[in-house]
Order: sequence, then C-alpha cells, then structure tokens
Amino acid sequence: MLAKKGDWVMIYNIVLEPKDRAPQIPEDTKKVPLEMWIKGFLLEDTEVGEMADIETIVGRKVSGKLIEIHPNHKHNYGNHVPEILQIGKTLKELLFDGEGK
Amino acid sequence: MMDRSYNAVMSRKTEIMKKAVGIDYDTFEKEGIVFDYEAMMREAGYSLEEIKKIQGETGVGNTPIYELRNLTNLARKMAPAGKGARIFLKDEASNPSGSFKARRAATAVYHAKKLGYKGVIAATSGNYGAAVASQAAMLGLKCIIVQECYDSQGKGQPEIVEKARKCEAYGAEVVQLTVGPELFYSFLNLLEETGYFNASLYTPFGIAGVETLGSELVEQIVEKTGKQPDVVVCTNAGGGNLTGTARGMRKVGAEGVKVVGASVNLKGLHMASDTDFNKKSFTTGHTGFGIPFTTNPDRSDVPRSAARPLRYMDRYVTITQGEVFYMTESLAQLEGLERGPAGNTSLAAAFSIAQEMDEDQIIVVQETEYTGAGKHIQPQLSFARDNGIDLHFGNPRDEIPGKSIILPEHPKMIKAVDLDMDKIRQSYVKNMVKKKSDDREFSDEELSYIAVETNLTVEEVKGRLK
Repeated sequence: MLAKKGDWVMIYNIVLEPKDRAPQIPEDTKKVPLEMWIKGFLLEDTEVGEMADIETIVGRKVSGKLIEIHPNHKHNYGNHVPEILQIGKTLKELLFDGEGK
Repeated sequence: MMDRSYNAVMSRKTEIMKKAVGIDYDTFEKEGIVFDYEAMMREAGYSLEEIKKIQGETGVGNTPIYELRNLTNLARKMAPAGKGARIFLKDEASNPSGSFKARRAATAVYHAKKLGYKGVIAATSGNYGAAVASQAAMLGLKCIIVQECYDSQGKGQPEIVEKARKCEAYGAEVVQLTVGPELFYSFLNLLEETGYFNASLYTPFGIAGVETLGSELVEQIVEKTGKQPDVVVCTNAGGGNLTGTARGMRKVGAEGVKVVGASVNLKGLHMASDTDFNKKSFTTGHTGFGIPFTTNPDRSDVPRSAARPLRYMDRYVTITQGEVFYMTESLAQLEGLERGPAGNTSLAAAFSIAQEMDEDQIIVVQETEYTGAGKHIQPQLSFARDNGIDLHFGNPRDEIPGKSIILPEHPKMIKAVDLDMDKIRQSYVKNMVKKKSDDREFSDEELSYIAVETNLTVEEVKGRLK
C-alpha cells in the first residue's frame, strides 16, 4: 500500500541487534533486538514496508521502515472480568448489612 | 559525522548529561563516596515558597484531601476493639496531568525554560511522561518522551500504551522501545541530537517539586482534625515521592510523622527480562524499582539522585497485586472515587496499617492517579488473564508474581508485609563498600555520610561494616 506525503505514519527501527546488546541483560532479552517505534508525517510518497523519512510532531527528521498508515490507539477496557463485580457486592454486605464483627 | 554507536555514545555519557541537566554535579562531590546532598538541594533546587509560586502558575498542587469514612469503618470491623485509624487520601489525580508527577514536572520544565532550553526529554513509561508533556505544553516547550513499552512480540502493557496516548494528546513525540536498559542509549542519543533538557525524575528541582505535597497534606490534616497525621504512606519506586513528601513535611514542622514506603511485591520478576515484562500487572510502584533504588539511589539517569528514600523511611511494606486491584475497586464502590490502580498501592497498605493503629490516630495515603482505558483494573486484569496469569479469589499470601493474581477472599486478608529495614540498610552499606573500590577503611566523613543516608548512628554503621 502506498502512503502519501504528509500522511501520519509509524516507522520501525532496530536500535541494537542481539549481538550488540548490553552485557548485563538477562539471557532471554539478549536473544532479541532492541526495537523502536516512532510516529510522524511522511516526507515523500512511500510504500508500506519500505524505508521512509518522517518529521515527528516536534519537528525531528527520522528514517525507518514504514509499517503503518494512520496508526491508532488500540487499547481499551479489556474483556469483562466477572470477579470485579463480586468485590463491591461483598464489601457492601460486610459494611452495611451487619456481617463481620 | 559523530559516532552514534552504542559504545561511543555511552562513553560521552558524562558530557551529554552535564549539558542536558545544567548542573555541575562535581561541585557537590566530597571525600571518597561522600557528596553534599543538602547543598545540592539548596543550590540547585528551589525553596518551598518558590515552588508553590511556580506550581501555582500552572495549576499544580492544592489538591483536595478526602476522609475515607467507609473504608475506615470497614478497617475497624476487621480490627481489634479500639483499633482502626482514620484514613485520609490526598487526591493527586486532581493535578493537571492526573498524578502527583505534575509537581515534579512543573519545577523541571520551569527550570528548563529559565535556562533557555527549547525542549525537554524524559525517559519514563509512567505518569511522569504525561506530566512533563503537559507542563511543556503550558510553557511552550517541545517534548519527547522515551518509553519502554513492548516485549519482543510487540505486545504492550495497556497501562503504558495509555500513557503514550496521553503524552501525544499534550503534543509530545513518543519514542517507544522494547524491553531493556539500553533505553538509556536511545535517550542519550536524543539528548545529544536535540540539545533538549533532561527532565530527569531525579534532579534536585524534580524532587523539590514534591515537597509541596508533604507540606500541603500536613496543613490540610491540621486544618481538618486539629492535629498532625501520625502515619503517611507513600507508594515507593524510584524514591522521589517518599523523599519529597518527607522533606516537605519536615519543612512545616511535622518531624514526628512516621513515613511508610509501600511497594507492590513483584519478587522473582526480572525488570530487564523480555519474557517477564508482560507478566507484571503493575508497571510502577513495585519492588523491582523500589528495592534497588532504596539500597543504591545513584543508579538513575543523573550522576547523583535527589531521591534518597532511606534517609526518611521509617518502615517499608509490600502489598500484592491482587490486594491493590481489590482496594482500587473498593475505593470506587465504597468511596465513589474511581482512580488508577498503581496509585492505590499505598491505599492497600494503609488499609492494613490503620488496623494496627488506635481509632483516634490518623493515617494518610498521599496520592491517587487518573484512570481510563488501559489504566484501570478491568483492562489490567483482562490483560493478565490473556497472558496466562491465574486470577482468582483466595488468600493473597499465596500469590506468585508472574503466575497468579489473588484477589482477597475477604478484606481482612489484606495485609501489609514488612520488609526488614535492617536488611535494607545492610544492603545499602554493602553497596557503598562496593563503590569504594579499594581496601582502605572508610574515613570519618564517609562514615557520617553513610549514617545520614541510612538513618543510623555512626556506631551502628561501624557495626554493620564488621
């Protein structure tokens, strides 16, 4: 997919390959690279997956692999956790209905 | 062109930092391991009056204090007759960016602007990022926040992802990284590239910013009850919250108040482990930061940390993840206050400690934080369950960090567990011995320094060196 100049995009870089990682880190972390994601305005039309140049919201120029056009926030309130409902119920019974001491 | 390799950048660390913080830390260095902490706070920081003025200009501070009457009554039902202190809560979520971190950011960003920096950078996955971004927006500075956010599968903690959104909402650039302490390398690179100010959490101005929290809470409690609080509980991670609060309380004459640090118990989870990263259901206020920073404060992104919690801490307790989630829901259901879980670590501890105290005594929980998508018990527990964490009701003492989250079957099971202060002090002393790097004996000046740092007498320090 082609992203247009001026589009708000996300780029990706590997900061450190596994072999270049700091000596003191745990073994599992040493096996994987240190990766980085930054968002900004695309400076030239670029295909997703290609190297791209962006200007970030504070005006910094950064290069990296173009991975997403119009990236959005995907976090939410999660799935229903039934246990949560029980907490208030228990507490109100304890405090207002005379159970307890 | 400048060498931007890992080793080259790390070797320029000292000069980059000097330029980016505007403090020559060398002037406070004394003999051996000693440095003059109070001189640093005095000369590089701000007075309480100055800070009130700085914070007042951006609407920071003067947050309300609530008496938690229903939770106090609940604690009294669990406690022996005559026990159950009045529980008060300082609602720091009312600050502009939704947490007490606005106090730290207000002074740091003000200072950056005064020194003529064009922008500020902070390395944080916590509420501090939003605080710096918010203050930078108010003062017209640019802002970059560097976050440790994802594991190697690209999976992010909902709490951290939300904070990225909030920083962006205030106009900041957010640089997101996978797990690892080499975040510091990216951070140094950015400081060098932009010439922005390092709005570190651990500068004298940052910590001095928290002093108003301590002074305000004492004044508010005196106004409401006619006396000073007996105990103040501070959620403890890097130590700045506790240090600043305790210093502020002393500045208004509340020397006798017991200061308790509280951290979520994440024993066994390695902070730099890619696979452990998303098994933590708390990203801040936990023992993974709390213990290392208490026993060795100079491990932050500045040469000398202004956060030195062991100087002020009377007691240090842990609480489980399940207990904090439970208390967060209790605060909403019984007190009508929906707040973020991480800030409620000290609330869970206070609910337990109140039961040891007399009914006419006062215990204060000194912070709350904002809540919202990602940063709420529902998504955090849902995320835990998706990551294979066993969530159920039971005895919180059986919780194994990274494997289970146990919501207390009954609120009487909520129990602040004491860490051994003597061991913590011993561990601090050991770290100083390591720092000395030769076989000579500590000088008298060094012994006095360790004594102040650990809140021990010189004789007691000597005893621990044998």
